[in-house]
Amino acid sequence: MSASPTTTEPLSQPPESGTGTAILRTVDLTKDFRGFTAVNSVNLEVADNTIHALVGPNGAGKTTLFNLLTGFLQPTSGQILLRGDDIAGKQPEQIAHMGVARSFQITSLFDEMTLVEHLELALASPTGLGYKFWSSRKRLGAFRERSMELLSEVGLADRSGQRAGSLAYGQKRALEIALALANNPSLLLLDEPTAGMGIEDVDRTIELVKKVSPGRAVVFVDHNMHVVGSLADSVTVLQSGEVLAEGTYDQVRNDERVITAYLGETGDTHE
Amino acid sequence: MSAQLTDTVRVETAASAAPERRLNPFVRAALLVVALLVVLALPWYIYPPVAMDILAWGLFAISVDLLLGFTGLLSFGHAAFWGMSAYTTGYIATQVGVPFPVAILGGTLAAMLIAIPTGYLAVRRTGIYFAMVTLAFAQMLYFIANQASDITGGENGLQGIPKTFFGIELVETDSFYFYYAALPIILLGAFIAWRTVSSPFGRVLLAIRDNPARARALGYDVERYKIMVFVISAGIAGLAGGVFSVSHGFASLQELVWTTSGKVVLMTVLGGIGTLWGGPLGAAVVVLLEDQLASSGFNGIGIITGAIFIIIVLLFRKGIWGTAADFIERIRSGMASRGRGDA
Ligand SMILES: Nc1ncnc2c1ncn2[C@@H]1O[C@H](COP(=O)(O)OP(=O)(O)OP(=O)(O)O)[C@@H](O)[C@H]1O
Ligand SMILES: [Mg+2]
Repeated sequence: MSASPTTTEPLSQPPESGTGTAILRTVDLTKDFRGFTAVNSVNLEVADNTIHALVGPNGAGKTTLFNLLTGFLQPTSGQILLRGDDIAGKQPEQIAHMGVARSFQITSLFDEMTLVEHLELALASPTGLGYKFWSSRKRLGAFRERSMELLSEVGLADRSGQRAGSLAYGQKRALEIALALANNPSLLLLDEPTAGMGIEDVDRTIELVKKVSPGRAVVFVDHNMHVVGSLADSVTVLQSGEVLAEGTYDQVRNDERVITAYLGETGDTHE
Repeated sequence: MSAQLTDTVRVETAASAAPERRLNPFVRAALLVVALLVVLALPWYIYPPVAMDILAWGLFAISVDLLLGFTGLLSFGHAAFWGMSAYTTGYIATQVGVPFPVAILGGTLAAMLIAIPTGYLAVRRTGIYFAMVTLAFAQMLYFIANQASDITGGENGLQGIPKTFFGIELVETDSFYFYYAALPIILLGAFIAWRTVSSPFGRVLLAIRDNPARARALGYDVERYKIMVFVISAGIAGLAGGVFSVSHGFASLQELVWTTSGKVVLMTVLGGIGTLWGGPLGAAVVVLLEDQLASSGFNGIGIITGAIFIIIVLLFRKGIWGTAADFIERIRSGMASRGRGDA
């Protein structure tokens, strides 16, 4: 081994394909908000081709962690390694072009635009068509077909011409997922994809995530343990910005500390 | 919870505007023809220099709408680009003696050039902070123009800008012909604005206006788009400012003063933002009103235009054009539903 300080990359051999390769790794990732540590020395490892759940009580730092991973917040310290390269300090749009897509916990759409326009914009992003201020916007129509495919994938094909602002809540969540999927990301981050959904939509979303997960890594946040149990290959439990436990769903579920954390959080029992 | 995103401060008025009023294409084409006819006939009915003022201010307002209505950015320093071009155009025309459209082109390029650093600094801020950076920049330019009196003429302004038009020397009394000579420049500016908003670029601008964080998550370099539209907007303001200074035959500090920035924003909001049509309508109202008040010897023009502004904004929340477009749409759909025999 040479003493090179740069990341170790195989010279000729491709990395062992399939599961086991970490697509994402954080090293002592920390975020301070004026003295309040929202994310504290988190070491997270997400293997390629797996579904990873991030759970924890409200305010645990899950969304903050997502914002760090996608460049919306800059870490106070620590590293974010995407396929071995440190992406800390990069801007959200740069990270998006590196194959990382996210959905937002609070539905985040263009309310005045139609569904199909949303997907056309998402699909046009890597092509640079958006910079063409002299050509007709009809050129976005080149992405129409793929947009419709994505919309049918999430069950919204019949609403393609509707404005996003007029959708029901569950449908907005579905559109969020379609947008995140549009450019075939290798790392998909979903922040509470099923929050506020009815049971039927929750099950649909579970099936959808299962269907689209092969060939990429998925990290999702969810408070619904049914979702976590049905989807996650591995689970990380965060509390007060720190990793409390890690493992498979069954391991984590029976972990003493996790049980205490959750019982302390949800006041089901009488005081 | 994801409201911690840094980019969520937006200009309220812009966020609440519809992206475009989806008037039926036939109605739109008819309106375009009517507008062209009005523009062509204007100097027959209105004192030509005043008609020219309406067009220049109208184009200036379009440049503001490109930012305010279509990108959600309130520039409160657009006088910088209008004034920069007014002075540069005047300087080229007096010093080099080229035809005035060439001088205006030079002025426009100068406006775009100074818009690059301004835009670069301003787009790092949003909302009121963006407005403040643009204002500060315009104030700085005002100060420089005031100091550099050997070029700008200081308090007296740059006088005696000729209206040379490819060999023809138009004089003061030729303002009727000057109107038609300058009209293509105004139409060019309006066309560029229209082209910009109806391009893929224009769709990205709307996305940025409505939800910058989402646009970034989709991979759009929001700051870069903002700088680009800022420079395009400055160029359009530059075309307008150049026409204005040649029309008047002088460029003065009035072109750079902050109230000029305020006045063009007022016109834009008055006419209705996010429409492109609104700006010229607002400009027509303000210019005609000021002309009437001035010729009647009234000297509280600011108070009257201010009051009218407040009334219109309170009565028609979407501005003159926005309200008119809704009205046309209502009549049309009313007729359509009667045709179907609905109640
Ligand atoms: N920009 C910010 N400035 C200050 N504090 C912040 C900021 N963003 C988040 N926090 C704080 O950091 C903590 C973690 O918030 P975060 O949104 O990451 O939690 P979460 O795990 O996603 O919770 P939830 O399950 O409610 O979505 C909270 O206490 C929150 O108030
Ligand atoms: Mg959260």
